[in-house]
Amino acid sequence: MPEHDRQREQLPTSSDEQPHFGSIETPSIFLADAEGTTVEKSGAYAAPDGSGPQDKPRGAWAEAWRELSRSPRFYISGVILLLLLTMAFFPGWFTDQDPRFCPIADSNMEASSAHWFGTNQQGCDIYSRTIYGARASIIVGIATTAIIVLLGGVVGAISGYFGGWIDSVLARVTDVFFGIPLLLAALVFMSAFEERSVWTVVAALGAFGWMQIARIMRGSVITVKSADYVVAAKALGAGTRRILLRHVLPNAIAPVIVVATISLGTFIATEATLSFLGIGLPASEISWGADISSATTVIRDQPSQLFYPSLFLSVTVLSFILLGDAVRDALDPKLR
Amino acid sequence: MTTAAEPILQVQNLVKHFPLTQGILFQKQIGAVKAVDGVNFELTQGETLGLVGESGCGKSTVAKLLMNLERATAGQVRYKGEDISKVSGKALRSVRRNIQMVFQDPYTSLNPRMTVADIIGEPYAIHPEAAPKGSAKHRVQELLELVGLNPEHINRYPHQFSGGQRQRIGIARGLALNPEIIICDEPVSALDVSVQAQVINLMEKLQGEFGLSYVFIAHDLSIVRHISDRVAVMYLGKIVEIGTETEIYDHPTHPYTQALLSAVPVPDPAARQHRERIILTGDVPSPANPPSGCRFRTRCWKAQEICAQEEPLLQIRTGLQGHAVHASACHFAEEKDIVHSH
Repeated sequence: MPEHDRQREQLPTSSDEQPHFGSIETPSIFLADAEGTTVEKSGAYAAPDGSGPQDKPRGAWAEAWRELSRSPRFYISGVILLLLLTMAFFPGWFTDQDPRFCPIADSNMEASSAHWFGTNQQGCDIYSRTIYGARASIIVGIATTAIIVLLGGVVGAISGYFGGWIDSVLARVTDVFFGIPLLLAALVFMSAFEERSVWTVVAALGAFGWMQIARIMRGSVITVKSADYVVAAKALGAGTRRILLRHVLPNAIAPVIVVATISLGTFIATEATLSFLGIGLPASEISWGADISSATTVIRDQPSQLFYPSLFLSVTVLSFILLGDAVRDALDPKLR
Repeated sequence: MTTAAEPILQVQNLVKHFPLTQGILFQKQIGAVKAVDGVNFELTQGETLGLVGESGCGKSTVAKLLMNLERATAGQVRYKGEDISKVSGKALRSVRRNIQMVFQDPYTSLNPRMTVADIIGEPYAIHPEAAPKGSAKHRVQELLELVGLNPEHINRYPHQFSGGQRQRIGIARGLALNPEIIICDEPVSALDVSVQAQVINLMEKLQGEFGLSYVFIAHDLSIVRHISDRVAVMYLGKIVEIGTETEIYDHPTHPYTQALLSAVPVPDPAARQHRERIILTGDVPSPANPPSGCRFRTRCWKAQEICAQEEPLLQIRTGLQGHAVHASACHFAEEKDIVHSH
C-alpha cells in the first residue's frame, strides 16, 4: 500500500480520503485490523510537493487584503470614498470659490462655466457648496457608526455572552431605547442645545441609534458562544477575555459590519433630514441636508439645485454600503 | 495494556442534574433532568475506557464533567488522588494541562477564523509555561507532523482541510499540552467510515507513543471494541455494566448490553439468519422522571417485581463464571453470548 500512503494528506482538496481498504467495505462487526485499515507510518503526509506558489504562509489580514484587492466592489467604492474623504478634508483642492460668498444678484442661475452646477436662491455657487457639504455628512456618518458599533457591540456582546440577569436588564434597556423613534429622539436631543455642531448631531444619533447593532450582536454572540471551538477554548483554560476577543467576536462580527455600513448611510441621511427640518446643523455650517432643504422651495423652477446634493448623498451612502459588503466578504475565510 | 497500577482517574458517584425552572422573573425549580446520576469508574495509565450508550444517556455530560466544563452536582473526579471537580482558577488551569479533549464534529470544533498555527498554538498562548519562549511555532509543526499532516500547512484555515484532516488538527490541539488523559467525545462519528479507521489508528499510535489514557465515548460499538481495553455501558445516566472488552462483548450479562450488541450488524448473511435479535420496545424514559428501581425495567423482558422496588447496584453478581464475572447492574444478570450466538 505505499502508493496509498503517498496519496494521503497531500492537498486538502485532493481525494486524500478514498476508501482504500477492502476489509471494511463489507460491514464487519469490528473495525478491520490495523493492517487493512491504514497507514500510520512515518512520512504519512506527502512531501511538500503540492504546495504551489499560492501556498506561501500568510497572515489573516494579509489574506483579507489579498481578497479585497480582487474585489471590484472594493475598488469602485474605495475610489469614490477616497475622493469624498479628500473632498471633506481639503475642499479647497476642488474649488476656489467660496461657498459662503452669495451675491443675491446671481440668484438661481443656470449652470455655466463660472458656476458649474449653477447657483441657488441666495446666489451661492452650488458646486462649491456641494463640495464643502461633504465634510459634515462624512463626519456624521463615520463618527456615529463608530459610536454605535462600539456601544451596541459592547452591550450586545455582554448581553449575549453572559446571559442570565445581565441579559435581561440590558435587553429591557435596549427595548426602552428601541421604543423611541430615532428622528424624534434626535429632534428632542438637538433642541436641548443652543449651540449645535456636527458633534451634537453625532451624539444625538449615537445615543439613540445603537439598539439594532446591540440586538444583532447579541443574537450573533449567542449562536457563536455555544460552538464547539468556544467549548474547546474553555477546555484549554482560556479566560473570558480571550474567548470573547479571539473566538466569539471575530465570528460574530460579520452581520454587525453589514448592518453598520448600511446604518452609516442612514445616519448621513438622518443628518440631512435633521438639517432639512432646520434642527440639525446651524445655518453657518454647510451640509447636503440643509441644501436639499432649501432647494425644495424652487424644485419646480430649478430641480438641479436639489439634484446635485442629493446625488452626492446617494453616491456616498451607496459607496459605504458597497465597501461594507466587500470587507465582510474578505474577512470571512469561509466565503473565499 | 491494562495494568494493575494506581488509577490515574477515579470517578466516584458523579451526579449532574440540570434544574428545570419555571417563571421568567422569579424562577422556581420544578424538577431536574438527571443527566448523570451516580457514575463510578476508574481509568489507569495507558488504558482506554470505552463509554457506550444510546443518545441522551449522559455520555457527553460525563465528558463535560470530566473536563470541568460543567460543574458536577455531586460526586468526585479524582485525578491522581486529588478531587478536581471543585477546583477553579489556577488549580483548574493546571488540571487542564493534564486532561484534554477531542471533540465530535471537526467542522465546528475548529475556529474558522484562525489558522492552523493559531489553533494548535493556542494552548501555548494560554499556558506559556508549556513551551519555552519562541518555540511554540516549532512545536506546532512537530505536532502537525505527528498527526500526519504537512507541517508547511500551518498558515491554512480549517476550511481548507477535509474532515479527517480537521480531526487530526483537533487531536494535535488536544496533544499540545502533553496531557495524560484525553477525553474523546465521539471523535469519529462525524467522519466517513474509511476516515474513521485512519483516525482511530492514529489515536492508537499516539497512545502507544505517549502512554495516553483515553476515555472514549461513542455509540458505535464496533469502534469501541476496536480501541477499548475496558468498556462501560451507560443507560439513562447510570453505568449498567462495566468490564474488559472481552467481558462486555463476548460475555454480556446485563439485558441492555445484550440488546445493544444484538443490534450490531453481522456481515455473514448465513450467520445473520441464526442470530437472535433483541428488539426493545418503548422509548427511553425521560431522565427528568426516571423509573423507580432499575431504570431499564420499563423496556426489559426480564423485569419482575423486585426491579421496580430495589435499584440494582453495579457489582459483581454471584452465580456467574469465567468472563461473565464482572460488574453488572441487574438483579437477573446472566450471560448471554449475543455476538456469537449462531
